[in-house]
Amino acid sequence: MKTKFQSLREKKGFQSVCASVLCILAGILVGFVVMVLLSFFNDRISIGDAFSGLLILLGGPFSSGTAKYIITNLGDMIFYASPLIMTGVSVAIAYKTGLFNIGAAGQFLMGTMGALLVALNINTTGQPFLGVLVWILAVLVGAIFGMIWGAIPGFFKAFFNVNEVIVCIMTNWIAANIVSWVFTAMPHLTNAGAGKSGYLITTAATGNGTPKIGLNVLFSGSYLDLGIVIAILLAVVIFVMLSKTTFGYELRACGANKYGARYAGMNEKRNIILSMAIAGGLAAVGGAIYYLNPGIEFKFDSAYGKLPDYGFNGIPAALLGSSNPIAVIFVSLFIRYLSVGGDNLPSAGFNKYIADIIIALIIYFAGFSKLFSELLQKRRKKAEAFPAAVKEMKAEETSSQVTETITEAPVPEEILKEPAEEEKGKEA
Amino acid sequence: MVFLLQKTLVYAAPLLIVALAGMFAERSGVINLALEGEMIFGAFCGAILARFFVNAGVFSNSIQVMFIVVLLFSGICSAIFSLLLSLSAVTLKADQTIGGTALNMLAPAIVNAFALSLFNSEKIQMPANFEGYVIKNPDLPALVQIFGDKAYISTYIIVILFIVLSVWIYKTRIGMRLRSCGEHPQAAASVGINVFKMRYLGTTISGFLAGIGGYAYIATVANGTAESSVGGMGFLALAIMIFGNWKPLGIALGALLFGLLKCIGPVSSSIDFLQKLGLPMFFYNIIPYVVVLVVLALTAKKSGVPKAEGVPYDKGMR
Repeated sequence: MKTKFQSLREKKGFQSVCASVLCILAGILVGFVVMVLLSFFNDRISIGDAFSGLLILLGGPFSSGTAKYIITNLGDMIFYASPLIMTGVSVAIAYKTGLFNIGAAGQFLMGTMGALLVALNINTTGQPFLGVLVWILAVLVGAIFGMIWGAIPGFFKAFFNVNEVIVCIMTNWIAANIVSWVFTAMPHLTNAGAGKSGYLITTAATGNGTPKIGLNVLFSGSYLDLGIVIAILLAVVIFVMLSKTTFGYELRACGANKYGARYAGMNEKRNIILSMAIAGGLAAVGGAIYYLNPGIEFKFDSAYGKLPDYGFNGIPAALLGSSNPIAVIFVSLFIRYLSVGGDNLPSAGFNKYIADIIIALIIYFAGFSKLFSELLQKRRKKAEAFPAAVKEMKAEETSSQVTETITEAPVPEEILKEPAEEEKGKEA
Repeated sequence: MVFLLQKTLVYAAPLLIVALAGMFAERSGVINLALEGEMIFGAFCGAILARFFVNAGVFSNSIQVMFIVVLLFSGICSAIFSLLLSLSAVTLKADQTIGGTALNMLAPAIVNAFALSLFNSEKIQMPANFEGYVIKNPDLPALVQIFGDKAYISTYIIVILFIVLSVWIYKTRIGMRLRSCGEHPQAAASVGINVFKMRYLGTTISGFLAGIGGYAYIATVANGTAESSVGGMGFLALAIMIFGNWKPLGIALGALLFGLLKCIGPVSSSIDFLQKLGLPMFFYNIIPYVVVLVVLALTAKKSGVPKAEGVPYDKGMR
């Protein structure tokens, strides 16, 4: 019985992978059609370019030409994926608690502000050990800023029953204005270099940037640093917390049915606030590890006018990974993989935004992934309906502990559902 | 003061119509997270047509007629774009958040890709005689000036559309059917209402209004620049809709309040009293958001959220 259950689960996993692959293929196919369309409208592009464009796109960082560029772009791909992982996990954990965290952008900015306020105000040039300490402090302060910022929508939701979406949107813009305001009031942090306007100095000037831990040797010329390790670690921690601890179970219970959770004696208000605070902290760490890199500059003077893309791109990363923190890691890397391919597209006459179109299409088709896997399931069921029924009967005949196995084995949902519905139909 | 109110109307108009757009979709039972994307897409299509008209010399004597035609075209394009959302959310019963998010990413990507490929720029600047859109009547008495001077024809169209559609959704048979699909689709289906059709109607009207709002935004507030962003206006409209408790009157109040607070900042330099305070721009920028939060916390009431919102219609569900 157990082995049978396992094989069934494997089948289900196989199906969802199949469905994801179908989504990706469908997205790429439609993206290719767009490229062909563009080649008709634009005289400079031929249809042949559409094919080479597709190859470049699919090659991601590997289509960057020489080995040196490939390695640099691969490193950068991983570096740019790390904040995306953080905002993605941030949206995912809130989603598991039944909340839609559209405020990752504001939390990301608050984290950036907290981290940069610490790192740029303390100069540790020439003292590597102290630099690392300040860096840790900076990340922590950023995370705390983000947690407080994330807790606000949770607080409004829990105590005033105000929809978290509206509070998140409001706090996003408040955060953006505060960040611009604070750094405008600190002229000593502004980069006064030639041709620079509205940028802050970077951690390169204060000597407490994110440690490279040798990754800059491995991926020479790229920005890659310890940040990706932090991002993956935090994602794993959140995964374990959600799936293996009582607190994680409570969060998921609140998401599944908040009245049920309350009835079972869980403090649903506390859980909502904590979930949002953790989500805020995660998005904030994303901002901190991104801008603490010595090579990344923060443009503060226009921050109030446009929210950072990382905040909103966390939503598709979470949705595509069906709110599983581990899946979010891979999805983020995949999104960045396609984006790097997009950056290489101009060599075929297209612009990099084709990659954005394809990513958006893949997310669009991801909405149908349930439908895809249901279709796959139906086909399989039809094909195997007869033999499966015979097998089951035989298995029950030979098994001496039928009752025990039934009570012990967790029966998969879809098995429970379909026969029940058929029976209902018969009754009616 | 007159200037402040004029500005308020200009700013509030797109917000008003897009929030109503959100209301139409949600009242029919579909969460329209794609308002932002629909605005961007509609505005971009409108900008292309406006450019074409000016270059071809069509409507060169009647700029206001051209404005109206382009406005309608934006709405239609956006309505067609919103069919993608209906297809995924209504017909294929996909997660409505995913569909909306995808459209929000798709619209700027399409705008950027096509603008760069066809016009060699990520922005489309509107034609030079763009100023002709503004209706100027400086001789009117002060009170009428608020509505008649430095105004745009889009504001009038939006207000008329808003009133007509608000009455329509509450007082006509189809409007009531549409609302019933957002509350209890199974009950609606049991009396012979086609839930799928009603939801398609709701999201398509929503797309149309969002497109009009998008073009009104770029033509008035954004000074005629069409690009891959409408400054978060779509999400703001979503917030105003929730603020208005999914009701037209609340939405109108919310949009006007927000518009007024938003315009105090830019106008503050011309009001003596505020100029003396010398507060930074960021302070004024924050005010509207904080006020909305405070009002929401104080008026914490029973939420008017449509009960079946976001749930794909399933005939067999009880």
